[in-house]
Amino acid sequence: MSSVLYDTPGPRAKRRNVLLSVVFTVLLALLVWWVWQKMDEKDQLTSALWKPFTESEAWTTYLLPGLENTLKAAALSMVIALPLGAVFGIARLSDHRWVRGAAGTVVEFFRAIPVLLLMLFANEFYARSTDVTSEDRPLYAVVTGLVLYNASVLAEVVRAGILSLPKGQTEAAYAIGLRKGQTMTSILLPQAVTAMLPAIVSQLVVIVKDTALGGVMLGFPELLNSRGTLAANYANVIPSFIVVAVMFIVLNFILTSFASWLERYLRRSKRSTGAVLGVEKVDDLNAAEVGGSYGTGAGGGGI
Amino acid sequence: MFDFLDGYDVLGAFWMTVKLTALSAVGSLIWGTLLAAMRVSPVPLMRGFGTVYVNVVRNIPLTVIILFSSLGLADIFGMTMGSDDFAVQGFRLAVLSLVGYTAAFVCEAIRSGINTVPMGQAEAARAIGLSFSQTLTLIVLPQAFRSVIGPLANVLIALTKNTTVAAAIGVAEAAYLMKTMIENEAQTLLIGAVFAFGFVVLTLPTGLFLGWVSKRLAVKR
Repeated sequence: MSSVLYDTPGPRAKRRNVLLSVVFTVLLALLVWWVWQKMDEKDQLTSALWKPFTESEAWTTYLLPGLENTLKAAALSMVIALPLGAVFGIARLSDHRWVRGAAGTVVEFFRAIPVLLLMLFANEFYARSTDVTSEDRPLYAVVTGLVLYNASVLAEVVRAGILSLPKGQTEAAYAIGLRKGQTMTSILLPQAVTAMLPAIVSQLVVIVKDTALGGVMLGFPELLNSRGTLAANYANVIPSFIVVAVMFIVLNFILTSFASWLERYLRRSKRSTGAVLGVEKVDDLNAAEVGGSYGTGAGGGGI
Repeated sequence: MFDFLDGYDVLGAFWMTVKLTALSAVGSLIWGTLLAAMRVSPVPLMRGFGTVYVNVVRNIPLTVIILFSSLGLADIFGMTMGSDDFAVQGFRLAVLSLVGYTAAFVCEAIRSGINTVPMGQAEAARAIGLSFSQTLTLIVLPQAFRSVIGPLANVLIALTKNTTVAAAIGVAEAAYLMKTMIENEAQTLLIGAVFAFGFVVLTLPTGLFLGWVSKRLAVKR
């Protein structure tokens, strides 16, 4: 066991590490004990508060429908944002300056403003200017907000994917007489999509997390919102928060693991000539130019 | 044209956003650096704690964390954050949540920076007899910080945008005011434009400035 920062420990270092471990364990144990004590003091550990989660009613009435809505909003946003993002990503690479400029402005603008503002605005817009029913409105608003933001993030991902391809791909396509559009749709885009699949999957985590905003601010009945209804019924604020947090963690952990598995799989299978864009890349890509020079403007990681 | 702004403290709301951002940025930089130090330390238990913290916190929506700080920490556990004033309490709870959440991303950014420092640097440091903490604080972290200004700028910009979530617990920042205004006034489009412009003004210079700084300070290798 050694790394950049330390050698394989010798006898003295081993003793010191053991000592540090003990001190850290004690501190951690104290913290856990304090939390436990506090929870006991406020009667949060009584089995009555946890019992609802062992019965099917809490799940079938509150948590699972909430989860379903979370997943529905996330899936819808992804499905709409992806083609939109592809269009804007390609438009940013256009040969025509006005197309490039317009697409760039739109992408930079929607990346610079918070999703919550987009959702609030969309909600009010739908209420005033369209005849979307009030039951559907929160879903529409949440999806609109998420689509606008994530389409612009995905546009950057698509652009990075296309730019990561070797120049020879385009040249070969022109050499066999393909037109610009054909080169893009049948040569570059398929390879770029493969290269950026892991980044796209990990963007889903950001989308899933952002649906919770709709639950609090717009009354969209997703997981976090259902937690409120559930806690109002069983008066178990802390347990319900813990259960919902665990559900989010598990869901997102599955997505993250799938993304890294996909990355490894694509690296191994070597079917494309382009580099695979790593899962970690997606945060950087949000504001970064390809090639690692940062600060093209207001982006900010999708965190 | 902008009469609808009368009677609303738009600048005050954005000032709240700036305050939330600045305090949370400092806090999460400190806590995130500590977490990163834990994650690369020779003590397995600390590494484990760092890994679990980062992976757990990153996968919980910030909204859940902030709402929990208000409904759980404040209401149930009576954590008043040293103030009886509801507004001050909400502000401090929001900062606490933002620090806890953002630190996980800061930690990951710094850790990736540590990985960019060449092996030889730490080996040389150890060869002249520096301890782990000396190697980390004198040799590795200063170089790591310079190479992660770009990613940290992204985290800062995301943090600026994330402060809007504090509206969920009633902190009177920009998103909260926008929600109120948009419900009471007729000019939805203009109000949206004003607040969008406000955020562009906050984030765009930050991105450009820190991008320039990161290029200036990058360790030339």
